[in-house]
Order: sequence, then structure tokens, then C-alpha cells
Amino acid sequence: MELLLAITVGALYAAGFYMILRRSLVKVIIGLALLGHAAHLFLFTVGGLTRGSAPLLTGETAGRVESYADPLPQALILTAIVIGFGVQAFALVLFKRVYQTIGTDDLDQLKATDTGS
Amino acid sequence: MSNDHDTHRTQDQATQAAERMLPLVPLGIGIALASFAATVAAGNAPSLQLPWVPSLGVQLSFQLDGLSLLFGLLICGIGALVLVYAPAYFGDHPDRHRLYAWLILFMGAMLGVVLADNLITLFVFWELTSVSSYMLIGFKHESQKSREAALQALLVTGIGGLALLAGILLLGHAGGSYELSELITKRQALQNHPWLIPTIVLILLGAFTKSAQFPFHFWLPNAMAAPTPVSAFLHSATMVKAGVYLVARLSPIFSGVPIWDDSSVVDGSLTALTGGLLALQQTDLKRILAFSTVSALGMLMLLLGLGTPTAVQAAMVFLIGHACYKGALFLVAGTIDHCAATRDVRKLSGLARMMPLAAVAAALAGLSQAGIPPAGGFLAKELIYESALKLTTWVVPVLVLVFFANTSFVAVTALVAVRPFFGQPSQASASAHRAHWRLTMPPLLLGIAGLAIGLWPQTAGLFLVAPAVAAAGHAGDDVYLKLWHGFNLPLLLSIATLATGYVAFARWPKLRAQQLRLRWLYHWGPETGYATALQGLRSTATWQTKMLQNGSLPVYLSVVLLAFTALVGWELVDHIDIPQSGPWLEVRPYEVCIPLLIIAAAAMAVSTDSRLAAVCALGVIGFSVAMLFVMFGAPDLAMTQLAIETLTVILFVFVIYRLPRFTIFSNRIARLRDAALAVAAGGVMTAVVLAATFAHTPSRVTPFFIEHSLESAKGRNMVNVILVDFRALDTLGEIVVLAIAALGILALLRLRIDASDSEESGERRQAEQYERSPRASRSLP
Repeated sequence: MELLLAITVGALYAAGFYMILRRSLVKVIIGLALLGHAAHLFLFTVGGLTRGSAPLLTGETAGRVESYADPLPQALILTAIVIGFGVQAFALVLFKRVYQTIGTDDLDQLKATDTGS
Repeated sequence: MSNDHDTHRTQDQATQAAERMLPLVPLGIGIALASFAATVAAGNAPSLQLPWVPSLGVQLSFQLDGLSLLFGLLICGIGALVLVYAPAYFGDHPDRHRLYAWLILFMGAMLGVVLADNLITLFVFWELTSVSSYMLIGFKHESQKSREAALQALLVTGIGGLALLAGILLLGHAGGSYELSELITKRQALQNHPWLIPTIVLILLGAFTKSAQFPFHFWLPNAMAAPTPVSAFLHSATMVKAGVYLVARLSPIFSGVPIWDDSSVVDGSLTALTGGLLALQQTDLKRILAFSTVSALGMLMLLLGLGTPTAVQAAMVFLIGHACYKGALFLVAGTIDHCAATRDVRKLSGLARMMPLAAVAAALAGLSQAGIPPAGGFLAKELIYESALKLTTWVVPVLVLVFFANTSFVAVTALVAVRPFFGQPSQASASAHRAHWRLTMPPLLLGIAGLAIGLWPQTAGLFLVAPAVAAAGHAGDDVYLKLWHGFNLPLLLSIATLATGYVAFARWPKLRAQQLRLRWLYHWGPETGYATALQGLRSTATWQTKMLQNGSLPVYLSVVLLAFTALVGWELVDHIDIPQSGPWLEVRPYEVCIPLLIIAAAAMAVSTDSRLAAVCALGVIGFSVAMLFVMFGAPDLAMTQLAIETLTVILFVFVIYRLPRFTIFSNRIARLRDAALAVAAGGVMTAVVLAATFAHTPSRVTPFFIEHSLESAKGRNMVNVILVDFRALDTLGEIVVLAIAALGILALLRLRIDASDSEESGERRQAEQYERSPRASRSLP
């Protein structure tokens, strides 16, 4: 199963990378969202897959490591999902303002600040 | 009001009093140094050592031997006179105090250079002189010419300084010590060391740039953009002699090595020739003097390169004589500039009536420069001819060269020290005002000092020249200076020099016109090289910035992705170890659907040209990921993901119609290139996941959570317990991040920006309101 998920993660990353390389800012934001999913799935797969058994302590299985999915990566991914949402919402609104103010969504039109030309 | 005025005047008086006291600083140091003269003459070298960076073998160690004493006295003596001179020259120039500070700093740095025994210490002081020279040349910083000249001097001497540092490091490594006094004892070992040649080349590069040797001579005449007292102090008497000092200082180690001696001889000759020729082309007093300084520096380098006892002795006498007369002439040039408001020799004549003392000072300095007895310069010239005649090889070329340089000195003397003062007063001279005593006494004293060397040669020889010659590696006992050597060949040469020099002066306008026809040669001169190099540096920097910092996000990201793919990919291909079987290959049939769905949705998000379709595809991916979480034992993640994904889709749907449509900006080739890069980087990510899976080891932290979740935190859901208990601080941070994002979003949404209502115009409107309101306008300053 790891092989299949690894390919899925790779596909999501490829899609995200392609989208953030676009000059259209809307596509960059879609790319960011794709990369977010890719990262969550990446962490999840790398943290070790366990079928079924959630990290909930019940009376019988208490104390046996191998009978649970690892809770630590899950806690980290949970944080990442929430933070990712915050970042996405902010990026979306920021872009909306940029587009409103400058009137273009072509990234190459927005590069004047670095080189002054 | 009157009270304020009084305070102001008291302050002014205090400032003026402080200005008058300034010369006491160099004077005091000079007297302190002079008190060691007898000790040094007896062959001792008092030293002082303070730890600085002991772990690197760097210490603040100083040694006062004959060479240091000679230079130290010159620096303090001329420094004191320049500081006497400066207040009258600058008047109440608003920036003059900064100039005094830099002058004093420079003097300290220069004393550090000549007193240092540790080479690293010497280098630090050496660079300090370059920096203070930069500030002093650029004193008139409003003028672009000054700034360019300052930068030129800094760059040329700075590059030389870097070479010098490299040379010092090589020398220190080869000799096992940075102390000059120790290195001198290892002469044999150092001369046989394989690094000998690079060491010498690097050190000489430092010395030659500092002392304005050909082809680096061009910075010195341009440095005349500095105020005249600065030129007199730094660019004739002291700083430019630092390179000469260094060569003399290291001669006991390197003399006898062909490249050391020959480089100094050849380059010194070229410099003497170039400076002598170019001096006679100029019409500006200061530039004439600057080029003749270049010529003198070349002469000094040549004499040190010859390396015979007579030549070194000649160099030391010439060094003292030159510092005195050139310092004096520069100060006189400053006085003329100050009183007659021009420095063009063609416009100056008959000044002696207006400024008799300056005329006397110029005459005394001129005697020395032209080498007329009984001035010190005559002594130096005789010695120079004597050392040339005593050579065993190359007698004729060296003789011709020094004859030419001396002739040029005579002509320059006539041009700057005689011509402006005699004859009918010109228009500029007639309107000149009288000179303040501060503007005439210092050059007069320097002129007298030059005369004194000639009148009491034995004393000067015993206390100044002999110890310095001894420090430069020759027996100081041979030094016996006297003015009158009888009728011999050097005397004949001296007379011939004077005659030729006078002829050159008499025919100067014609000579100059002839030389000016060769102006086109300058296009191939070293200064053009400097300009080209600087321009090249600038355009390279611009080009590089435009390449690397071009402001295009896709380009930046491409570079990052390319580097990531190449480096990580290479490492993985090299190290990955694929097991032939294992759970990573096992797939249950129903598990295949979800990943396939994700891949298909990702493909759709990328390829669609409808914004809504892309958002839908994102939603499909999000919910599928939630399904995967459910399947692999992460119900908490699944719940969070479902909630967040729903919110995200709603948010996107709300905002997406206010955004522009998907536009294709890039061409087909760019899209294909990006796709290839993205697929390659995605492939590397797949490989990373697999490599991590193969290397997976059970977590060492997890057992702790399993053991303590129920016991300590009273919770059965371990993920919950981790979030709200074990790592509660992380969660707090997360909440803060969300709150900040929410505030940011709120601020962005409420911010009203459009073309007519920008912040600037808002401010202007506010200001207008203030002006209109009488009450508010009163409170404005």
C-alpha cells in the first residue's frame, strides 16, 4: 500500500509544483492547496500505516505498542491541517486585495519591486 | 537673546582653543619618540607587547628601531605643522572638526604601521590608513570628483592591501611567526621556502599600490581632490611612503632574492620616469607636485631595490629631504590657493610682494628639491649619484634614469617654487590677500628643517640615517654624511642636472605643448584600465542581480525545484535500497479506488480552465484524503479534514468569482518545461516517501504516550491528549497563528484602497485640514 500512496503523494506534489510555477496568481493559490494535501499525506505515509486500529486506549489492549496507529504523526498532521487552512484563507484574501489594487494577476507584472526595472 | 549669543561665543572660543591645542598631540608623541633617539642610535630597540588574539599568534607588539624612529618623527613633525596650518586654511568650515578627527586617526594609524612588530597588527594599521585616506580625500563630499577620487584611492590601495594580507599570511606560515623581529632571524629558511615567490609578489603588490608605483600611480594625482593640508600630510610626506617603509622593513629578509630586488628596481625606474614626464605637463600646482611625488617614490623604490649600502643610505637621506621639501611646497601651494584663489601656475607671478614669508619658505624648500648646497636635498642627490656610479652592473641606465628624475625635480622647483613668486604680479596675484602666519610658518619651518640636515649632516646621520640604514639590513657604521665631497663626478653631475633642469624650465611652454601631443596615449593608460574594470564590475553586478534577483516567482521556484530534484534525487538514486517484498507492495482491492480518485482529481485541477472545476477537484482531493485517514486508523484526522475541507470549499466558492478567470500567460514550451520539472520533483518526493518507509523504525516516543495518556492525562484518545496536554503549548501557538491570520484577513478586507483614495492623498487631506484650522496651525512648529 505504501507504494500506491507514495505515487499518490508524488502526483499531488507534481500537480502542486506545476501550479505554483504558473504566472497566473489564482493557479498559484490552487497549487498551494494541492501542496497542502500532498504534505499531509506525505507525513501520514512516512509516519507508518496501520490498518484499522485507531490510537484509542481500551481496557484490553492498553500498554501494547504495536496494536495502535502511531498517535504522534497524527497530532502533527492535525496541527498542519488547521494551520494550512489559516494560511490558505489569508493567501486567498491577500491575493484578492492585490488583484483589486494592481489590476493584474500576472506574476511577471508584479516583479518590479526587486530590481527596480 | 544676548545670553544665547554669549553662550554661543563662549562655545566658539572653546572650540578655537581646542583647535589651537591640537598640534600638541603629535608634538608630544614626537618628543616622546625623540627621547629614545640616543637609545636607538646605540643599537637598542625598545619594544612593547600586549596580548590581542593570542590563540592566533596575533599580539599588539611594537618595536622602535631606527627605521621606525625616522618615520615616526617625520609623521609627528609634519603632523604637528599640518595641524598648526589647518585652522587658518579651513577657517570656520562647518565640517572641519570631522577632518581633524580623521587626521588624528590617520596619524595614529600611520604611527601604528611604522611601530608594529607583529605583521597582522601592521596590516590592521595599514588598512586604517587607507580608510582614513578615503575619508580625507572625500572631504568635499558634495563634489562627485572628490568622491570618485576617494573611491579610486581606496580601491587601488585596498586591493593591494588584500594582496599584502595574503602575502603576510604566507610569510607568517612559512616562518612560523608573525613577529618581524623573529622572521628576520630566519632569513635563510625563508629564502629557501617554496612559497618565496608568491609571498614576495603579493607583498610587493601591497607596497607598490600604496606607494603609487607604476602602473598604480594614477590614484595619487587624483587624490589631490583632498584639501591641501591633507595632501601635504598623507599624499606626499607620510602615507604614500608606507610602501617604501614596508620594502625597507622587509629587505633584511628578502634582499638578495632576484625577484625582490629586480621588481623594485624596474618598477621604481618606470615610476620615476612616468612621474617625471607627467609632472611637466600639468599646470595645477598640486598636480605638478603630485606627479613629482610619484617620481620621488619611484626613485626611493629604485634605491631600495639596488640594495647597496650607499643606495640605502641615499634612500634614507632622500626620504627625509623629500618629506621636508615636498610637505613645505604643498603647504605653500595651499597658501597660494587660499590667498590668490587659483593654483594655475600660468596665472601666478610676483607673489613675493604679497607673501614674503611664503616666498622664503618656497625658496628654502626649492633649494632642497633642486639639490643646491647647503640644503639636505643636495646631500641626497650626491649620494644618489654616488650609489649609481658605484654599481657593478647597469651603471649607465640607472645613471641616465636618476639624472632624468633629478632634472625633472629641478624643473618642477623652478615651476612651483620660483616662478609664482617673481616677475610682474599677474591679475590673480595682485588681488591676492595677505597670508595668516599659520599659513606661512609651518612651510617655513619645514624649509628650515631641510636646510638643517644639510648644515649639520653628522648629527642627522648619527641619529636618524645610520640607525635606519642599520634597521634596513646594512651596517650603519659606514654612514658618514658630509656636505662637501670635493670636486668629483657626482658634483659634476649635480651641476649638469641644474643646468639641464633650468633649460627644461625655460623651454617649459614649448616642452609642454610637445608632450600634450601625446595625450592620445592616455587612452591606453592604466587609469583607463581602472575605469574599464570598475565599469565591468558594475555591469557584472547589475547583470548578476537581474539574473539571480529578477523578481519573477516562477523563476525563483524553478531554481529551488531544480536544485532540490538534482541534489535529493542524486542522493536517493545513490543510496536507496529496495526490498523485494514486504507490506509496501500489498494492496487490498478496495484501497485502490481512493488513490486513483486523488490522482484523477489532481490531473483535473491542473488541466481545467474553469475555476469552479478546479475548486471542485480540490474538494474531491480533500475528502478522499479524509477517507484515507479513516482507512488507516486516524479518525481524528478524518474529522478535522472533513470540517476544514468543507470550510475551504465554501471559502473558495465565495472568493473565486471575484478573482480573474484562469489565464494562460506562458507559451507551450514553458508549460512543457514546467511540467517536466514538476513531474521530476514529484517523482523525487515519491522516492523520498519510499526511502522513508524502507528505513522506518518504531517510534521511541510513542510508548511514552501509550503509558502515560490514561495515567497522567486521564484521556483515552491519545491524539487528543497529545494536542491538549503533552504538547499543549504547540496548540496554543497554533491558535495564535489562526488568530493572527484572522486579524490579517479582517484588516485586508476592511482596508480601502483605490486609485483616488491612496494613503498619501489621505495624509495630504489631513494636512490640509490642519492648515485650514487656525487652532491646529498654531500648534504646528
